[in-house]
Amino acid sequence: MTETHSELFRLSAAALAEKLAAREVTAVEVTQAHLDRIAAVDGQVHAFLHVNSEEALAVAAEVDAIRAAGGAAAEELHVLAGVPIAVKDLIVTIGQPTTAGSKILEGWHSPYDATVVERLRAAKMPILGKTNLDEFAMGSSTEHSAFGPTRNPWDLDRIPGGSGGGSAAAVAAFEAPLALGTDTGGSIRQPGAVTGTVGVKPTYGGVSRYGAIAMASSLDQIGPVSRTVLDSALLHQVIGGHDPRDSTSLPDPLEDLVAAARTGNVEGMKIGIIKELHGEGYQAGVENRFNEALELLKGAGAEIVEVSCPNFKYALGAYYLIMPSEASSNLAKFDGVRFGLRALPKEAPLTIERVMAATRAAGFGDEVKRRIILGTYALSAGYYDAYYGSAQKVRTLIQRDFDAAFAQADVLISPTAPTTAFKLGEKLNDPLAMYLNDVATIPANMAGVPGLSLPGGLADEDGLPVGVQLLAPARQDARLYRVGAVLESLLEAQWGGPLLEKAPSLTDADADSSTAATALSHGGSH
Amino acid sequence: MTDATLSFDEAMEKYDPVLGFEVHVELNTKTKMFSSAPNVFGDEPNTNVNEVDLGMPGVLPVVNKTAIESSIKIGLALNCKIAETCRFARKNYFYPDTPKNFQTSQYDEPIAYDGYLDIELADGTVFRVEIERAHMEEDAGKLTHMGGAAGRIQGADYSLVDYNRSGVPLVEIVTKPIEGAGSRAPELAKAYVAAVREIVKNLGVSDAKMERGNVRCDANVSLRPHGRERFGIRSETKNVNSLRAVEHAVRYEIQRHAAVLESGAPVIQETRHWHEDTRSTTSGRPKSDADDYRYFPEPDLVPVVASREWVEELRATLPEPPAARRKRLQADWGYSDLEFRDVVNAGVLDEIEETIAAGATATVARKWWMGEIVGRAKNADVDPGQLGVAPATIVELNAMVPAEIVEKRGLAVVSDDGPLLEAIDQVLAAQPGVADKIRAGKLQAIGAIVGGVMKATRGQADAGRVKELILERLGVEG
Repeated sequence: MTETHSELFRLSAAALAEKLAAREVTAVEVTQAHLDRIAAVDGQVHAFLHVNSEEALAVAAEVDAIRAAGGAAAEELHVLAGVPIAVKDLIVTIGQPTTAGSKILEGWHSPYDATVVERLRAAKMPILGKTNLDEFAMGSSTEHSAFGPTRNPWDLDRIPGGSGGGSAAAVAAFEAPLALGTDTGGSIRQPGAVTGTVGVKPTYGGVSRYGAIAMASSLDQIGPVSRTVLDSALLHQVIGGHDPRDSTSLPDPLEDLVAAARTGNVEGMKIGIIKELHGEGYQAGVENRFNEALELLKGAGAEIVEVSCPNFKYALGAYYLIMPSEASSNLAKFDGVRFGLRALPKEAPLTIERVMAATRAAGFGDEVKRRIILGTYALSAGYYDAYYGSAQKVRTLIQRDFDAAFAQADVLISPTAPTTAFKLGEKLNDPLAMYLNDVATIPANMAGVPGLSLPGGLADEDGLPVGVQLLAPARQDARLYRVGAVLESLLEAQWGGPLLEKAPSLTDADADSSTAATALSHGGSH
Repeated sequence: MTDATLSFDEAMEKYDPVLGFEVHVELNTKTKMFSSAPNVFGDEPNTNVNEVDLGMPGVLPVVNKTAIESSIKIGLALNCKIAETCRFARKNYFYPDTPKNFQTSQYDEPIAYDGYLDIELADGTVFRVEIERAHMEEDAGKLTHMGGAAGRIQGADYSLVDYNRSGVPLVEIVTKPIEGAGSRAPELAKAYVAAVREIVKNLGVSDAKMERGNVRCDANVSLRPHGRERFGIRSETKNVNSLRAVEHAVRYEIQRHAAVLESGAPVIQETRHWHEDTRSTTSGRPKSDADDYRYFPEPDLVPVVASREWVEELRATLPEPPAARRKRLQADWGYSDLEFRDVVNAGVLDEIEETIAAGATATVARKWWMGEIVGRAKNADVDPGQLGVAPATIVELNAMVPAEIVEKRGLAVVSDDGPLLEAIDQVLAAQPGVADKIRAGKLQAIGAIVGGVMKATRGQADAGRVKELILERLGVEG
């Protein structure tokens, strides 16, 4: 063993998996290194709402014992066995609280595991804890968490994106090599963009939603968060595939996403720039990094074409009808009757209706209430056709735009978010400005197609990370990994290493260890 | 607070009733509509539930395939068209018996639609009832309101919730407006619900026990003056849960509507609650067509696709329809039209068939059931089947005539109050809940106790006397 614990947390999941398999490190060492890192930096970042040390170490010890005993059981260990992971606190877990970032669920423990969590457990991946999010995943900054905001490791005064700011920040701050997120309108990809990490929204139905607390059922999708494209593929492979408990889960067998990430190739591939998703309204640094990425892909043999998706301009408006409509119904169950917070009305009479009302008034934050009211209104008799009905028609038009675009290109490309990370509080009181963050990510959710965001570099004007988004046709998630891996390696070659090495240090030790980490990640296994 | 009523004949002189029924049928699938929890009646409260039935955060529904098959069978038996593809919707409303605060139901895309059912009335007249739709939905949990008035949520001290019923598969059968029944409307109402009950029982898709709520009827009634096209304003009497109650409720509502119309006041569109004890309805909540449930397609479920092959496969498995079966049985047994109709109306068709199967001749079976047992059941105010007389016993009994042998074997009618009271006390002690209900004025509950006593006395007690004694024992006015 050549590394100290303090260096282990800088390794990718793939590198950790290799070291574990080679028995150069133990799962307990790896897990402890991440727990120590959390203890050292999470006071500043606040990526975690709950740290699950005891169980994580127990799982790690189990992996170590199996590996030490050798034989068939050791052979059968999953490639990621012993590689720790963080889970967005929208996904239910036995043995840890699940809050959805809301006071209304404070202290609630789920009696069951989400399907993706069962799959993590089956792979024996230690769960480090639950990560922060905008309340019920409603937001683009993680400022709407009832338990305080998460901060961007690149600049602690800035937002880490949202709703999955906790998962993205945890990975960016080296508190976890992997995390689970959920993406309804960009909640995995946009935080990935502004924290310099990788995030994937799989094809709708590609990963079971069973156990992800629903915001908008027809848009929600669980996906991987990581620092490298390969790591996302490894995690996607664990959590993906059919689940009989989710009726909207695809029956298709999962493609070999890891192979796609390992054998990235864009030669002869047509990559389509979406005309409507760059240019005006996009920060100059975002636009510059995006154009450089196109040049790199062209240099690697891809053909860059321009496609037009004229109906994308209606996507944001339609999204803000469909999402709140479904959310208003999905969040009706939070009423204080069976679980979570129960608030009593201040004055008599004490009726069930008044207890429900008092609970919801006390338990939900403003953004959640805003969306419930919006959705309740949009579904009301007399308004349904004009709002929900029209929005569904727009959805069909967006799907047709994608169909036409994918007839011309194998993969589409755009910036992930129009800007780099903004300052905490900057858009908190301007919901419309906040909603615009998701303008480039929402179309994929509306059409159910997969999307991947990877770091595109730093914006010249503020030195903050910029994201590049790749989009593929439904069920063609492998293409994202194939193209993403190529772009990632070309960019890293240009930067001289992973982008996150350029992130400022969060502890005194960081400054010393980053050189060693560079050596580690480029020197291969020692 | 009782409403004014007109006599039924007076009402009929001036008005023409229009009926409509929503019959909810609980399916007897092994598991629930959208979860793998068991669908079992009568277990300890909140034991047949999992995270899906409780609406825990993160759960998702999965449609029960058997429930869809059962629904298609019901649709076919009601001569409906079966939708090639249909969806579920969410009906949103806040109420603690619905754990998600929405009910997953079908809204504008029912699985079965445009059917009919030919209903044979007691005198042999056949009346066609058009079926608008039969759709699938999930049942709500069961609320029991404690304290306060009459078991209603208003004014209750607290309420108990049993989610065992939450998610039980239901098929709701909705008729088109039924016109032209005239003074036979109450009779038709009873016969229609009886026919639906018989069909679902015959299909084997429901236990079809009304007393358990397996079949529940909401009865819509409106009146219009003779000769007028336009319908009057309707009332909807909820949860009328026995065949006789359906008849009585429709009759009562016709009389009440007539009195309201006579007074010059408008009928209020509202739900009504049926009270068996007073045989009357009281006002529930106002119901307008503007009730806003904010229906939208259930995004957690994919559409149900019923291929034509599947539908035809299911059609091939349908049992003989009850009406056809009756024709066959009448021919086999050689009963006259009148004899056969009496048997059907007395509700002992199955019993006679079983008795014949046990070895009795058709004549002997009819003599015992129609001559002896039906009258006693009527006196006791219970269904003949509830008296606990086994078909084999009748065969045996018939062979034992003359009477002295009957007496020797202890099978004579028990009319001595002593042994009866003993049996009554035992049955009451075993069913304290029922005793409480009777004390609270729910006299229809007495059937369960009478049935128990008849069982204990091997069907030999005078049911009428048993009923009197029970009421005396509980200090309730009969």
